Amino acid sequence: MSRLNSFRELEHLREHLREQRKDITTTVMVCGGTGCQASRSQAVIDAVREELSRQGLGQSVRLCVTGCHGFCEQGPVIIIEPGNIFYCHVPPEDAFEIVYQTVKKGEVIERLLYTDPGSGERIRTESEIPFYRAQDRQILSQNRMVDPCSIEDYIVAGGYSALTKVLGGMMPEEIIKEIQSSGLRGRGGGGFPTGRKWHECREAPGDEKYVICNADEGDPGAYMDRCVLEGNPHLVLEGMMIGAWAVGARKGYIYVRNEYPLAVKHSRIAVEQARELGLLGDNILGTSFSFDVDIARGGGAFVCGESTALMSSVEGKVGEPRPKDVHTVVDGLYHKPTVLNNVETWANVPAIMLNGSSWFASKGTPGSKGTKILALTGRIKNTGLVEVAMGTPIRTVVFDIGGGAVNGKMIKAVQIGGPSGGCLPVAKFDLAVDFDVLSEAGSMVGSGGMVVMDEDSCMVDVAKYFLTFLQDESCGKCLPCRIGVDRMLEIITEITEGRGKPEQLDLLEELADTVAQTALCGLGKTAPNPVLTTLRYFRPEYEAHIKEKKCPAGVCQALITYSIDPDKCTGCGVCLQACAPKAITGEKKQAHVIDVRLCQKCGICRSECKFDAIQVV
Amino acid sequence: MPPKTLEQALEGRRSQPHQLIEVLQDIQENYGYISKEAMQIVSQGLGVPIIEVYRVASFYKAFRLKPPGKHVLTMCTGTACHVRGSRLLLDQATGQLGVKPGEVTSDGLFSIEHVNCLGACALGPIVTENGSYHHHMTPGKLRKLIETLSHQKAEDKANV
Repeated sequence: MSRLNSFRELEHLREHLREQRKDITTTVMVCGGTGCQASRSQAVIDAVREELSRQGLGQSVRLCVTGCHGFCEQGPVIIIEPGNIFYCHVPPEDAFEIVYQTVKKGEVIERLLYTDPGSGERIRTESEIPFYRAQDRQILSQNRMVDPCSIEDYIVAGGYSALTKVLGGMMPEEIIKEIQSSGLRGRGGGGFPTGRKWHECREAPGDEKYVICNADEGDPGAYMDRCVLEGNPHLVLEGMMIGAWAVGARKGYIYVRNEYPLAVKHSRIAVEQARELGLLGDNILGTSFSFDVDIARGGGAFVCGESTALMSSVEGKVGEPRPKDVHTVVDGLYHKPTVLNNVETWANVPAIMLNGSSWFASKGTPGSKGTKILALTGRIKNTGLVEVAMGTPIRTVVFDIGGGAVNGKMIKAVQIGGPSGGCLPVAKFDLAVDFDVLSEAGSMVGSGGMVVMDEDSCMVDVAKYFLTFLQDESCGKCLPCRIGVDRMLEIITEITEGRGKPEQLDLLEELADTVAQTALCGLGKTAPNPVLTTLRYFRPEYEAHIKEKKCPAGVCQALITYSIDPDKCTGCGVCLQACAPKAITGEKKQAHVIDVRLCQKCGICRSECKFDAIQVV
Repeated sequence: MPPKTLEQALEGRRSQPHQLIEVLQDIQENYGYISKEAMQIVSQGLGVPIIEVYRVASFYKAFRLKPPGKHVLTMCTGTACHVRGSRLLLDQATGQLGVKPGEVTSDGLFSIEHVNCLGACALGPIVTENGSYHHHMTPGKLRKLIETLSHQKAEDKANV
């Protein structure tokens, strides 16, 4: 495609592409996101493509390999429009039938439909599935219609019209005002007002300014940024272009995790395509606006989620934070004014420009506007990416969308906001997903990771997990974080190994408080949150570890023993075969026994037993 | 495509110190690790002191300073995988292979690594073997996977 030199040429291209596609009667959307690819969706894509051409439907049916649909555990997922038919766990062998029955004849294949685990009913369409029904998918739904590797798809779907609106008739100050009145706050963690950030950067002295998209997504258990960047990279690019125009930047970077190979690949392709069409480069669409974007891959360091550390990493250096006496909007990348926003924040910008700030502000709460994407994971029925209006209660997310606990267990807590966030008990599930509400409760929205825990999750172990993570990820520059986290981990380890003393809990709180107040950067300042919230809401669990030397959830290895329930054991011998240290004995068809002296607590017997006969106490 | 040689990794990036991480990523993609020689060449090519190259290569988790095993088993230890029992998987792999994360077995066949999150939390716990995903893993499935991969080696040898 040739370079576009004016708004008219872009509109002309859009019309031309739509004209080309007017004979398409059916679209088959197959998810090619990381989750579905892990479930071998590539084989399904190849098989469907082959069937379409074999059955002579290559012209009238469009096969669209899309980004993530969010319901990863049902993968590979196929949606067929019109009809909104949703097929899940699709094996490649079914490609013929899907094309022949559903695409050609319009008949639904019952066995490929989603079965609601609650009612046991098969559900025909995507929009009727409870997981999707209670959501408000402003950003995620855009993934459905575009192939992330096709700028044409994005343009056909109306892409880059926010850019033309902005370049054609809005002064940078107007854009910033619009973002300010929309109430958009940063989706990456802190929830800082985006408009204020842009305003301060615009006002900062200097001609050389930068915009950066943070796609490093270091929070374990969160993957919304992967989904958006991987599934709709042009949306993020368009947001960055608008931001760059507003603050006066000519250069931008997407800082993306190398652990997300698809996101790296798709954003690279998107940048190349945008350059080819002249949407990046000098005099974009014939205007005075010049802007280009480069991709910088991260090196797998959680601390690089911190703005100064991230910028230092983009500069090719070690990702260590520095004191922020002067903010990065004034003194950022290469000491120039820089706006750093998260993927989801950028992705919200085009729609705000097109629909207006009051449209955006009509959703949400007084302090938190718009929608938020949450990564709902852990011990829950429906795991996946969930987008809800700000202000939605946690309960709705966990029970209505998530479908509640698995295997009839009791849900105990939800960990929100990653290592900087906190654990909230079921009693707090009426709290809303809202920046201010959650931080008052000791947690935070953070990037939106929501890990559900049930009675089999030990809260002391969870605190230990996060401390281990943070100790590993601490860059070591400031003492409170380097030594403080280490000492907290030491205490928690003693508790989980049955050597804890009651007075250690006070010491733990005191240490946590000191680290929170004195650490240099956000990582250290928030590092005590998992400890503080678990102590605040789950103190009895800590006490059980210390006083009774017991782990009520059966997780902490030093405090548990494995045994076999003779009533449930059928004597099938599977565990006996699987047990490497030969700790299990028993005759065929007789209940087996575990010799606790030989048992290494590896858990293999438990994972192999089909009768749930292995007990851990 | 990953660049074929060190020279290609440096092409178009010479004397640009900010390209250090990108260059190291490409080298690792191609060679599997960052050797001492590679660091020296990168240092000269980009005009970055060798100590700074080493500092960056050793700071970031993504970089290996030693060659990995033929099969790199990566355990996702993200929060979602953790609450679904990823620690048992790490124990299984380290116990079965007799090496710690970051180490290579003496026959050079396996190395174990762990990663903070692979972004496929819905399918956890996840283990990847040379980049291909194995989802909903259990200690038993992992043991079989390792056994299968070990036998492959025996068969390969028999075929030679």
